[in-house]
Amino acid sequence: MTVSTEPEKPGAKPAERKKKKFLYVNRKAPYGTIYALETLEVVLIGAAFDQDVSLAFLDDGVFQLAKGQDTKGIGMKNFSNTYRALGDFGVTKFYVEKESLQARGLTIDDLQSITYEDEKDGFKEKPSILPVNRAELTKLMSEQDVVLTF
Amino acid sequence: MKFGILVNEGPYTHQASDTAYRFAKAVLEKGHSIYRVFFYHDGVNNGSRLTVPPQDDRNVQKNWTELAGTHNLDLVVCIAAAQRRGMLDEGEAKRHGKGEGSANLAPGFRISGLGQLIEMGIESDSLIVFGD
Repeated sequence: MTVSTEPEKPGAKPAERKKKKFLYVNRKAPYGTIYALETLEVVLIGAAFDQDVSLAFLDDGVFQLAKGQDTKGIGMKNFSNTYRALGDFGVTKFYVEKESLQARGLTIDDLQSITYEDEKDGFKEKPSILPVNRAELTKLMSEQDVVLTF
Repeated sequence: MKFGILVNEGPYTHQASDTAYRFAKAVLEKGHSIYRVFFYHDGVNNGSRLTVPPQDDRNVQKNWTELAGTHNLDLVVCIAAAQRRGMLDEGEAKRHGKGEGSANLAPGFRISGLGQLIEMGIESDSLIVFGD
């Protein structure tokens, strides 16, 4: 259960209202359950709302970003390429928990390369994946207005 | 305080919906308001009028319908999640040629898009997630 608080500004028009910090917490492997796929659908729709969006990947959720996914054998749609497209929708912060990687024998090199073009910095290509430790992730979560856990 | 409630699991297999219902009742009793309750993933199945639980058990769908009726709650079922799980209102049943009487969305619920979830996050003072 996740709680976030943000005092309401009565009468503020949508355009005047400040952006909220949204964090999507991905905790499940990409296949086996539908959580990862349906969370991605929320992220894509949410991108149209012009909020400050971050993604967190922890527990088995780190497998969502694994490179070389091949779903032919299980008859499921391989949606792993969609993560790479999120940068074009302004979703550029993918926080990956180091402890979760380590516990699963993974390193950052086992994840696909995801980058975005930073329009505030001459469209320089920058990495979207940001490894953080558990304490840093905890702090990040506490700074959010809305935490959506799937 | 204005709450948004997200229910990510279906009835009976998981306790999430029961807990969300009890939470909703509690905040209303304390004088707070609920901006919306959004049902996603298997949570959409909470809105099926076709569930028939044993008589000595609680009726999860009916609980929500009655609470919505009493407090004028906005219960929204995600359309994409609902369609792939066979949850249809009259309009969707007709649109997909599923035959007359096949709509199974219970009274008090409505079907809409994921934008309603994001909007709930923006508009609520606090968004609470109930899931696995």
